[in-house]
Amino acid sequence: MKPAPFDYVRPDSLAEACELLAGDDDARVIAGGQTLVPMLAMRLARPARLIDILRLPELAGIREEKGSVVVGATTRQAQAERDPIIRASVPMLARVLPWVGHPPTRNRGTVGGSIANGDPSAEIPLVAVTLSAEIMLAARTGPTSMPAEEFFIGPMVTSIDQGQCVRAIRFPVWPHRRIGVGFFEVSSRRSDFAFVAAAAQVALDEEGRCLDIALGLGGVADRPLRLDMSSLAGTVVDAASAADAINAACADLDAMSDLHASATYRRRVAGVLCLRALEQARDNAAAKPAKGAR
Amino acid sequence: MKVDLRINGVSRTADIEPRKTLLDVLRENFLLNGTHAGCEHGVCGACTVLIDGEPVRSCLMFAVQADGYEITTIEGLAPAPGELSVIQDAFCETHGLQCGYCTPGMILSAHALLQRNVTPTREDIVEAISGNICRCTGYGQIIEAVQFAARLRLANTPRQAAQTDKSVAEAK
Ligand code: FES
Ligand code: FES
Repeated sequence: MKPAPFDYVRPDSLAEACELLAGDDDARVIAGGQTLVPMLAMRLARPARLIDILRLPELAGIREEKGSVVVGATTRQAQAERDPIIRASVPMLARVLPWVGHPPTRNRGTVGGSIANGDPSAEIPLVAVTLSAEIMLAARTGPTSMPAEEFFIGPMVTSIDQGQCVRAIRFPVWPHRRIGVGFFEVSSRRSDFAFVAAAAQVALDEEGRCLDIALGLGGVADRPLRLDMSSLAGTVVDAASAADAINAACADLDAMSDLHASATYRRRVAGVLCLRALEQARDNAAAKPAKGAR
Repeated sequence: MKVDLRINGVSRTADIEPRKTLLDVLRENFLLNGTHAGCEHGVCGACTVLIDGEPVRSCLMFAVQADGYEITTIEGLAPAPGELSVIQDAFCETHGLQCGYCTPGMILSAHALLQRNVTPTREDIVEAISGNICRCTGYGQIIEAVQFAARLRLANTPRQAAQTDKSVAEAK
């Protein structure tokens, strides 16, 4: 369990990091290292050089921008979990963070690291896809960005190119007053990878009709999925209408089968957890006052 | 590569290969063998240390990344050589350890919890030690040890305000 030798560099600026990354095909980025270090220890990864981006000032911090919250790539998961902006404006992220690893790994693990790793059962990618977040990238050629749905391709495979690194994640903030989130997960132990995870966010108008709705599924397919719930918009969501919409959206779900759970199990649990998450989100939104301050 | 570390309040320097984890360097270079090596890939929590007061796995961090932080190992908890910290004492009292392999990690996780939360609930304790595996005790006595330590620490805190008195009463 000892990593093979490598060079370690800690650049002082993002530009310098991108420069180093562009010139070296055997280089890997390290930040919190909570996934990469085990891979190195088991020699599943053997980069010649590690470029440490954890302390780069350009990648730190959580800030509000018009209609969105931008979370710097190196934001620790534990820090995001306690952050008042995230709690108020990206409640789904705040809700899932206690399910990401356990306290010691959240103290080092970063939000951007979880995105870049692209585990199909990870909660942070699930939130990014469900809320249609934007993944902001850095490279020598300049900053770019892409929708989360296009970023994740398959298990641990993302659209990131050699020479690029995740800069930040832009989570959209819904403008509505009555917003609720719901989240359910099945895993063998609390901190373990989800066999199935469902996250939902619902916004209601004063009469309890659905203004906006987002539902996502993790751990089931080879990447997190956003399910089309547009048929519920403008209606009062009840168990029957929600179940119909979920069944339709899950009709041709390509579920994974592995040692832990069969595809059939995953599909069945997916339907149940989606419904629970949606109902929980709706009820949380309904508990908010219809009038007055948010 | 040369690296400057702050370990248990003392500045120390080592010349190490980048591939050496903080765990390896604590044990091999500084002979702080209280930090245990279990799985060496982030699963068991035996290697837990505190970085700026928060528990992290020292096997998931390279020592060259650890400069500039306050690192606390199990050796840094007792007030003086030959003494025990309140939590260490509580683990002895309630039989919170058997083989002792997980114990340094458990105690450091509990220490970080009690620094931030003087009256933790059972759920808070379970969550705080959720990253630490114990193969012997079945966790029951470990939880009791942390509950007992929380009571002891409260009882030993100089009473300043009525607030404190109230929480002592509640904890009893
Ligand atoms: S030795 Fe570090 S977690 Fe097991
Ligand atoms: S006391 Fe033996 S592993 Fe915990």
